[in-house]
Amino acid sequence: MDAALIWEWVIKSVIILLIMLTGFAYLTFYERKALARIQVRIGPNRAGPGGWLQPVADGIKLIFKEELIPGSAEKVTFILAPIITVVPALVITAVLPWGDTVQIFGRQVSLSLANINVGVLYIMAIASIAVYGIVLAGWSSNNKYATMGGLRASAQMISYELALGTAFALPVLLSGSMSLKDITVAQGGGWWYIFLQPVGFFIFIIAGLAEVNRSPFDLPEAEQELTAGYHTEYSGMKFALFYMGEYIKMIAVSAFAATFFLGGYQGPGVTQYPWLGPLYLFLKIFVLLFWMIWMRATLPRFRYDRLMAFGWKVLFPVSFANLLLTAVVVIIWPQASGLALFVPLMVVNVLVLLLATVLMAAGLGGKKNVA
Amino acid sequence: MTLDLILFLLLAVIAVAAAVGMLVSKNTVHAALFLVLNFATIAVFYLILGGPFISMAQITVYTGAIMVLFLFVIMLLGVEKLSGQDKLSWQVPTALTLGALLLLESGYFLIFRRTPLEMSGTQSIPEAFGGPSAVADALFQHYALPVEIAGVLLLVAMVGVIALTKWEKGRS
Repeated sequence: MDAALIWEWVIKSVIILLIMLTGFAYLTFYERKALARIQVRIGPNRAGPGGWLQPVADGIKLIFKEELIPGSAEKVTFILAPIITVVPALVITAVLPWGDTVQIFGRQVSLSLANINVGVLYIMAIASIAVYGIVLAGWSSNNKYATMGGLRASAQMISYELALGTAFALPVLLSGSMSLKDITVAQGGGWWYIFLQPVGFFIFIIAGLAEVNRSPFDLPEAEQELTAGYHTEYSGMKFALFYMGEYIKMIAVSAFAATFFLGGYQGPGVTQYPWLGPLYLFLKIFVLLFWMIWMRATLPRFRYDRLMAFGWKVLFPVSFANLLLTAVVVIIWPQASGLALFVPLMVVNVLVLLLATVLMAAGLGGKKNVA
Repeated sequence: MTLDLILFLLLAVIAVAAAVGMLVSKNTVHAALFLVLNFATIAVFYLILGGPFISMAQITVYTGAIMVLFLFVIMLLGVEKLSGQDKLSWQVPTALTLGALLLLESGYFLIFRRTPLEMSGTQSIPEAFGGPSAVADALFQHYALPVEIAGVLLLVAMVGVIALTKWEKGRS
């Protein structure tokens, strides 16, 4: 292994980390601005021109805040929990390809850090570790609201992980590979998987939203019932780490949704000009992030029992039926692509949507179940 | 080779320490966390041995799903602190005896073995033998029937659990 390759990896890793951290800082700004515009306000506009230094000001404020550790907290676990939350969020995007190969100083550089053949499984593995941070934060705070929030979070994340996993399997089925690069390349012809599997895409982003505890699935931090949920007792930089974890996970979910269903870095002219790839990916992530913020501004929170019923009785069966029928289509027409694949998959999608309607009526319909 | 060896020894120490910590810790949440660490270390072992698929599956299934459920149940029932008296006290000497036997056995094998440590067929192992497609081939072509039988057994267990809890609910 030559030294240049190692340096390439190190530089790429540092760039990814820097992009994720800057992305986190400016995503908070973006969210506050977008929420403000939706609610007919102006939003932060004091720090710097147009408020663009607001994230810097927030960061400085959080650094200088007092760090409190409750007397009855489990000290080691309490300090460990924010770290366990942030690290998986930071390393999960290592498998994301953000472009094809480009020439830099006469050297062929692939615009992805790790193109491994178990990329999808890697994402599943790292995402499943992220639950620990939240659960441990809730438990170690020794506070009943925090514990409730942690328990809710773990139950919710386990429930929606199943639907998310089956939605992950759809692009794997359609492209025949677990490498994110291959999945992106397979969508090169313009037949993005959102056109072939719209239901799969919606299952993916709903489950992804639940997985990152975003509104309307932000039950673990429902302030009316639980003050702030699992991070009630956290302050200063430890609180900032939880915040960072949540926003970086938002970016990661958007990036994966863009890669799996929206063609990743593919777009017009990307074969001639490989540097367009990261730009296209950024635009797709930007749109998906706006969608998440829009959801937060629009939808009220789920009731907790409804959330569980929706996850187990609607989303998971629908996702599973979708996977099963798609597998049947792929088996029957293994060589089909484009329109020949589109028609049978549309039939599958309509069938699955019908099933979803039936299940919604049966599973969530006017029962008197009150938590 | 030496780098591999250093990495292996480091991980081995972590794995063994985590296992011992799991056994001796009085707090069940800490015990569960030690077990999580142990599982994660074993996943890294698989990665070093060239089995990326089984490594990721190990993390997803054991570290990510099963242990989260363990923690969830521990916290939900509030049984963090173990009670003083141990109902299964006979298990400690039995486990110690069996563990010592296993150690003796492997020690005997290591010292008195006749064959060299390198397996004769090392060269014939293909590059991607631990990759997802190789594992899928083995599971669904070569061992299709055992896999299916195992799947049916698991399904039976799941249906059984649901049936049992339903019956309990109806009675109470």
